Amino acid sequence: MFRYVLRRLALSLITLLILIAVIFLLTRVFPSDPARQLAGPFGSQERVDQLNRDLGLQDPMITQFGRLLRDVVTLDFGESYSQPGERVLDLIRPRLANSAKLVLFALILTLPLSIVGGIIAARKKDTLLDRTIVNIGLASSSIPEFVSGVLLQYIIGVKLGWLPAVTNIPDDASLITELRYLLLPALAIVFVYFGYIARITRAGTITALDADYTRTAYMKGLSTRSVVRKHVLRNSLQPTVAVTGTQIGYLFGGLVGLEVVFNYPGLGLLILNAATAPDFPLLQAGVITVAIIFMLCTLGADILIAYMNPRARMNLKESS
Amino acid sequence: MTVTEPAGIADRGDPATAALAVQNLELAYEVRGVPREVLRDVTFQIRPGEAFGLVGESGCGKSTTAYAALRYLPDNAVVQGGAVLANGVDILKMSNSQLREFRSTQASMVYQDPVQAMNPALKIGRQVAECYQILGQSKSEAMASAGDALRRVKIADPVRVLDRYPHQLSGGMLQRVVIAMALTGDPKLLVLDEPTTGLDATVEAEVLDLVRELRSETNAAILLIAHNLGVIRSMCDRVGVMYAGRIVEEGNAQVVFDNPEHPYTKGLLNAIPRQGVRKTDRALFTIPGNLPLIGTPLPTCVYVDRCPLADDVCRTQVPPVVPVGEGHWSRCHHIDRLAQITEPDAQITEYDIGTDNVIQLNGVSKTFRQRGHDVPALVSVDLGFHEGETLGLVGESGSGKSTLAKTLLGIHSPDSGGNITLRGREMKSKATDRIAESTRAISMVFQNPDSALNRMWTVRRILKRTLTKLTDVQGAEADRRVEELAEAMRLSPRHLDMRPRQLSGGLKQRVAIARAFAGSPDVVVCDEPTSALDVSVQAAILNLLANLQNDERTSYLFITHDIGVVRYLADRIAVMYLGRIMEIGSTDVMFSEVNHPYTEALLSAVPSVDGEAENRIPLTGEIPSPANPPSGCVFHTRCHRVIEGLCEVTEPEMQEISPGHRIKCHLTIEQLSVPVEIKESATLATLAD
Ligand SMILES: Nc1ncnc2c1ncn2[C@@H]1O[C@H](COP(=O)(O)OP(=O)(O)O)[C@@H](O)[C@H]1O
Ligand code: SF4
Ligand code: SF4
Ligand SMILES: [Mg+2]
Repeated sequence: MFRYVLRRLALSLITLLILIAVIFLLTRVFPSDPARQLAGPFGSQERVDQLNRDLGLQDPMITQFGRLLRDVVTLDFGESYSQPGERVLDLIRPRLANSAKLVLFALILTLPLSIVGGIIAARKKDTLLDRTIVNIGLASSSIPEFVSGVLLQYIIGVKLGWLPAVTNIPDDASLITELRYLLLPALAIVFVYFGYIARITRAGTITALDADYTRTAYMKGLSTRSVVRKHVLRNSLQPTVAVTGTQIGYLFGGLVGLEVVFNYPGLGLLILNAATAPDFPLLQAGVITVAIIFMLCTLGADILIAYMNPRARMNLKESS
Repeated sequence: MTVTEPAGIADRGDPATAALAVQNLELAYEVRGVPREVLRDVTFQIRPGEAFGLVGESGCGKSTTAYAALRYLPDNAVVQGGAVLANGVDILKMSNSQLREFRSTQASMVYQDPVQAMNPALKIGRQVAECYQILGQSKSEAMASAGDALRRVKIADPVRVLDRYPHQLSGGMLQRVVIAMALTGDPKLLVLDEPTTGLDATVEAEVLDLVRELRSETNAAILLIAHNLGVIRSMCDRVGVMYAGRIVEEGNAQVVFDNPEHPYTKGLLNAIPRQGVRKTDRALFTIPGNLPLIGTPLPTCVYVDRCPLADDVCRTQVPPVVPVGEGHWSRCHHIDRLAQITEPDAQITEYDIGTDNVIQLNGVSKTFRQRGHDVPALVSVDLGFHEGETLGLVGESGSGKSTLAKTLLGIHSPDSGGNITLRGREMKSKATDRIAESTRAISMVFQNPDSALNRMWTVRRILKRTLTKLTDVQGAEADRRVEELAEAMRLSPRHLDMRPRQLSGGLKQRVAIARAFAGSPDVVVCDEPTSALDVSVQAAILNLLANLQNDERTSYLFITHDIGVVRYLADRIAVMYLGRIMEIGSTDVMFSEVNHPYTEALLSAVPSVDGEAENRIPLTGEIPSPANPPSGCVFHTRCHRVIEGLCEVTEPEMQEISPGHRIKCHLTIEQLSVPVEIKESATLATLAD
């Protein structure tokens, strides 16, 4: 198991390196002139040249890429272009914390609900209950989160006034208050992901319930409860873990719409603003942060799967 | 329907004291809301300590009966009547907790495919120990009991096996583990559903030996289901023959197999290549038609559509149970006319085998590279195929049979040094480099026809595509050839417009054979083409292959582990072990003269439906890894005739012991003729590494 983790970690680092390279190239592909931008429209040509030299923008690509890698390792991305004087890292840190709060809260709501829903649907396959769960899931996950976000905001936040409609959380808010502010956007995420994760859990559980080893477990004289707990779940939840792992990365960087709707200062909004500014150091650092989170989540999911399934450990060994 | 209490069953004793008494069981599966009958008035009894076999074609209801015996039925199963008594208690009426208690202490089940039967995520130890924890033992007690349980099923190193995951063990070892779990708490009833199907013949023999031994030790009653009638004969006291959900004949296993008293039993037995029958003697008996679909109302004899003796009485009245001997009965109106079912006529045509080699392998080796190690899967194989000849290839899994076939086909290219010639001309080693002529010359039929047939296409399109690709025949001419081909395969024109999934296993295999013959090949490689089929379907396919060969003068490389089949079809037989040919000779001499010790062990492993006396020679342990073959004679680690000091040092040469009969062994004919003694330690199962 330990060797598996090491191998898997090495693979992740390679993936991350490739991702960083892609991000680096993309931010260089768009025609733009950051130095001119910093100098302002009336800045002298000398000033622009000076900036270009200072920022190293005329160095060979490979040198620039090396510098970026160094920045990643030392977690120092320099100063922001659009907000001169601000360290990029200091801009990212609070946003990351905000995104983490929202995502974590949404997952705490979504996962138990959808996993239990999926297992119940599988156990009651083809009954009314099963069809109800599957159809609710299908319907809710077909609405994008920012659309359901707007609806929730309007109905519960504005019309009924039960919960805050925007997430301007006061600085001294207690945890409960904070969660009250976060509940509406989190619910929008629950809507999208409940159906998705419940469906995957349902499919995995049906396969495991039909498997021969489940029959063996019943024949030993185990009760249905023990069969499900000791034999079915370990096998049936593997796809659920894998999918959750890949989706967390998306949730960190991809909730732009939802963050706009609720005016929530998360990573998605930061990246969007950095891209429109454009603010290259901030944009690069934001996207790389999401890439690192994505890598860590898939890594965590794979390690969990390897723990659940000894064959997954073998597969990596054979393919590498 | 009136239920007659069959007289033959009534004298079997009080059902309340039977280990299992299935009484007038009527069971249906609900399909789209409609209950479809699968078990019709099934009644039989197994006395304590008795072994009862259940035989019949796939789909006739054997497994349903087995699962009913432990009340493990799918959600759509409906019991429409009858009872299943275990020691007098009706398990169909038990509460859930009684049922759990029954399963954990009174009865257990072992079924096909041990790999699937174990939870892939948990170590063996945890899964075996769980059985004892259910009985109330603590974790550590249970783990100790698990070790004992593995020792009981003759696993040599239980502690190491307990610490493994299922995927790290072989099928034979896993089946022992499954049996060990089934024996927890000394059940009074052991249900075995195809426990050895899919295992190698040698592993099958070991597992059966184990079951036999455990049975005498525990006195458990056994319900054994197997499609191999030889297995049933060698294991069971009594047998029930099932057809379309009804038991049509029941009696003492030996008596039933020697003197069947029902047309269906007789048909099944005649379809098996047995008693040394060869293709040159006669065609195999086949049972035309198919099992009726489930739920078909059958207020008649169930077998009426396929029975050669059927008449109006059979079509209108359910036949009564007719006692035909001591504890032996048959459900047939016309037992007196059974003699009218005759074996197929003796063959008139002689098989005409050429003398020149169509294809010749000269010193062909194949070495795979795996994680930096050489894995020699074929070592210097010399083989020739005469025109119109069938060469049978036997050996355990992993002995290199499939690698040989793939090398012949050009899927693998042989190591440099060896070559393959087609009519004297050397062939390119890779399929992609071969000229059209040699691509066409060799084709293949697989065990699983699905792998060769495009599921989206109709049979017509599949055949036409192959035909136009391999030959010059195009357009309307090709359409005509496709129809001729189908006719030669006894496929009706209707089948041409169907897709593979609409066809039964036997029909699909016919399409695969048609495809293999489309280019008029010189050699057809058949890799276990009938091992997934029922005996009656197998017989029809073997007849077809024999006829095609006679008409087209095609050569076959026929890979199988069924000794009866290879004896029927093959003209010569080659035996492989660890990538080497250990023995080769004509079929006649292989079964009359002395054999290589490996062949000797293989042959002794076969349970015969003819019930000849057998003295099984166990093959100790598992086949060694080809990556690390034993020194000297590669078979010395498992050989029962090994000569210490010689065999592990020097590799024997091929020696010709009679014209055309060659073996790779140091021993002389005289030494090989001495009977062998078997040591007790030779029956233990050991880990491969
Ligand atoms: N592609 C391959 N790579 C490595 N080893 C192989 C490969 N194909 C077959 N082998 C090895 O060669 C040996 C012979 O295999 P096979 O031809 O499948 O035997 P059989 O047909 O008798 O089961 C086995 O030990 C198998 O593991
Ligand atoms: S009852 Fe008639 S149809 Fe049925 S097996 Fe006997 S002879 Fe054949
Ligand atoms: S050479 Fe020795 S080990 Fe090999 S088969 Fe002959 S007797 Fe057995
Ligand atoms: Mg094979």
